Amino acid sequence: MPEDIKAHITGVVFQVVAHPGDAVSEGDPVIVLESMKMEIPVESPRSGVVKTIPVQEGQTVQEGEVVAVLE
Amino acid sequence: MYSEADAHAPHVSDADEAEAIGPAPARQSYLSIAAILEAARRSGADAVHPGYGFLSENWRFAQACRDAGLTFVGPSPEAIRLMGDKIEARRLMASVGLPVLPGSDGPVGDVAAAERVASAVGFPVLLKAAGGGGGIGMARVNAASELAAAYATARRRAEAAFGDGALYVERYAEGARHVEVQVMGDAQGTVLHLHERECSIQRRHQKLVEESPAPVLPSETKSGLTRAAVAGARAIGYVNAGTMEFLVDSAGAFWFLEMNTRLQVEHPVTEEVTGLDLVAAQLRVAAGEPLPWRQDEISQRGAAVEVRIYAEDPSKGFLPSPGTIAALVLPEGDGVRVECGVAQGSVVSVHYDPLLMKIVTRGTTRAEAIARMEAALAACMVDGVKTTIPFLRRVMAHPDFRRGTVHTQMVEQGAFNA
Repeated sequence: MPEDIKAHITGVVFQVVAHPGDAVSEGDPVIVLESMKMEIPVESPRSGVVKTIPVQEGQTVQEGEVVAVLE
Repeated sequence: MYSEADAHAPHVSDADEAEAIGPAPARQSYLSIAAILEAARRSGADAVHPGYGFLSENWRFAQACRDAGLTFVGPSPEAIRLMGDKIEARRLMASVGLPVLPGSDGPVGDVAAAERVASAVGFPVLLKAAGGGGGIGMARVNAASELAAAYATARRRAEAAFGDGALYVERYAEGARHVEVQVMGDAQGTVLHLHERECSIQRRHQKLVEESPAPVLPSETKSGLTRAAVAGARAIGYVNAGTMEFLVDSAGAFWFLEMNTRLQVEHPVTEEVTGLDLVAAQLRVAAGEPLPWRQDEISQRGAAVEVRIYAEDPSKGFLPSPGTIAALVLPEGDGVRVECGVAQGSVVSVHYDPLLMKIVTRGTTRAEAIARMEAALAACMVDGVKTTIPFLRRVMAHPDFRRGTVHTQMVEQGAFNA
């Protein structure tokens, strides 16, 4: 069942770590946000395979916005 | 000067004249040397005060001001460059007799070299970036097994932040305090100190609470610190305001950490306790005048405490909390000084450091300064973003803080958790 991973904070996408098709484990960073000079990883809530990453590096995302989808 | 994000900020409306320098991302505005020099030219300015943060410790910026015929209100580009290389600074200060923590003589080239040094000085160690500052690229390593991962992360962060991935190793001083000495030099060759500040309450190696005098500091340690600070600044012919940072252990031994070649965020505690205006003195020194004080005229009267109110959520590991300031009530009263960068309606953006304001209180005694701070924090209200206020109130009430028995790991160890 697909599952959305949402940003827990407003920030700018600093780094896209995981890509579609990548297997991730619980706690693995999927993207890294930069906010107020801090790098904050957004972590996968469970093991799975990344379906899509709908954001790009440099893009601003709001808290609650979907930054990755697991298959 | 201001970026597009700050067009409505209090510092812009308070200024007689203000120059726009570019879009919100700092690289295109506050970190753009070209944009700032152009704003200086447009406005007819003859001097640039770099403040703190951004380009304030960037020797290329100081050099560019000099080349453009502008007075840089700060030390020479040479001094900034020398102290900006934390490895060279450590080596130089050791060579003039300042104690430094055991560690590597220079950069460690790879993980194996880091491990050799770490084993020799003993774990835990601190990996630090040569380009350093602000705790970026700094990592505590408890055992050899953690070294490879910590080395890779620290190197990547240092490269991203400073364009220089060079790392060095220092023994980790467990349970130590952070005590720093304010120094000031002039072009005539005089170097004075304005006593010490205690700044041990930190998260992510960044300060949250500062005070002067440092409580429960043995007098021989204090005089050793101020002597070392002045000797170190003299050794590099230092001009203008600077801070020599030290770690102090429970036995009173101390080690030089680094020098900050600019005005510090926490300079108001020194101003409140000495009654002297550091920024005015910076301008006089930059204009070529001698320092307006003699060493024996500079004394600490009473005590002062500063707290930093950040847009961060202390209950979630100090996670940033951007947003809009919906309501703002600032404290006031005897012995209360507030330096605030936001107003009601201000947008606290993701682009900059989350510092909203500093509250500084002074008193005849430390207890009075703390009591005034407790009242000020109770009266201060910020709606719309999470802040460090609840955390700071717990610090003020904590028995160890009240006794003055603090150290740099207390926050991460959860001493002030709700």
